[in-house]
Amino acid sequence: MDSTVARTGTEGKAWGGGNKPLRASYGKMMMWFFIVSDALTFSGFLAAYGFSRFKFIKEWPIADEVFTHVPFLHGQELPMIYVAFMTFILIMSSVTMVLAVDAGHHMNKAKVTIYMFLTIIGGAIFVGSQAWEWATFIQGDYGAVQTKGGNILQFGENVTVDGVEKFKRISIDDFVAVHAGERVQHERKNGLWFVAEGSLPPYTVNEIYNGLAANQNILVRTQIINKDGEKTVLSREESLKQIKNNGKLVVKGANLHVNEYGTALFADFFFFITGFHGFHVFSGVVINIIIFFNVILGTYERRGSYEMVEKVGLYWHFVDLVWVFVFTFFYLV
Amino acid sequence: MAHEHKLEIFRGLVKFKSNTSKIWGVLVFLTIVTLIEVGLGLAKPEWLMAPWMTEFEGGFFTTLGNIIFSAFIYMKPLNLIFIILTIIKAYYITWDFMHMRDETGSMRKMVVWTAVFLICYLIFILLQEGGYVFDVYNAKTPLIKRDF
Repeated sequence: MDSTVARTGTEGKAWGGGNKPLRASYGKMMMWFFIVSDALTFSGFLAAYGFSRFKFIKEWPIADEVFTHVPFLHGQELPMIYVAFMTFILIMSSVTMVLAVDAGHHMNKAKVTIYMFLTIIGGAIFVGSQAWEWATFIQGDYGAVQTKGGNILQFGENVTVDGVEKFKRISIDDFVAVHAGERVQHERKNGLWFVAEGSLPPYTVNEIYNGLAANQNILVRTQIINKDGEKTVLSREESLKQIKNNGKLVVKGANLHVNEYGTALFADFFFFITGFHGFHVFSGVVINIIIFFNVILGTYERRGSYEMVEKVGLYWHFVDLVWVFVFTFFYLV
Repeated sequence: MAHEHKLEIFRGLVKFKSNTSKIWGVLVFLTIVTLIEVGLGLAKPEWLMAPWMTEFEGGFFTTLGNIIFSAFIYMKPLNLIFIILTIIKAYYITWDFMHMRDETGSMRKMVVWTAVFLICYLIFILLQEGGYVFDVYNAKTPLIKRDF
């Protein structure tokens, strides 16, 4: 028995009412149906993101200040460069995919193989980049203090660059005044039997406050966006007062509960939307690999049509299409 | 199987000799659009940062005017440009990479209209409610206080 299927058993009888309504084959049309429903799922996510953003319109984090990192370029603020690179990689892999489809139309097995391979490489680079982006986002940058009301207070100082006074962020690691042994992590061997607590924040609010009091230049920045489209910077007295009265938790990095960038929902949506999209890319790569091996084995050569490449191509382009929207609404708008 | 492709974009302004060269042409176009987006996002020109129109005030017809021109009244022109450029990119990905241009008209409408109408409705409902919740928190005397 053949290990691959050269005939699918559906030739000429896929539909009761003729083989190709709308001149699209059964498989292609079903892929389009799936894409429409998946598009609705993604737009549901992005519209929910819009809902939360409109709800917190005066204090939503500014993406340019969050995503500033590029691999191998430490300590430089380069907003959007890396995401633009990722976008280009994905569009590029879309191009190699459509070239594979085109080569399939000409029954050119060698070219389909090469282009499918390049598509897979592009997808892998994209997923890897996204993993890096996540790791950077989770690890965090400057750290912040969360207030009782769940707001985020960040730190920095006013510096003059090229004659223009700008607010420059300062990491909490750089000014904190650490006291020894103020808080000991509860382990399950102590006290309550077999109950442990999660990892402690790096510092206590008290340590941050003392560090802030000792450094005259450091100011607190709130989440509230002022009329210039920038986050509000508090005066020195207000800064100390805010941390003393309202500071509750020191936050470094991001997870599903808190994040140092601002509203907690921002990180939740980031993980959920880019994660769901990344999962699509990952499954796209897996499907592409399966098709790639089928091409090498000559399955489609024997079937007499490379339509399967076309169907997978539709899915792959759709993933690219979704990224175009995620890019706009997460990083640009 | 249909092998024939429509080889022109921009309503026939640019014609290509083969499907392959059309693909590369579309790639160049998409890259240019992405570069414009990134450039604008980095530069943030001053004249694109404030809405071009102010809200009409008065009765029913001014409300209607606010709805019709909402994209210019309530939105930064920069964001409006980003969204338009995104839709342009989406169009060329769907039409040329996904070969929507070569499908029958009814197939095209079946896919595109369904998605577009449902998504517009979804966006309208959710953004409207998001704005309402914002007003609840930020009224002159809000019932719920979050800033502490």
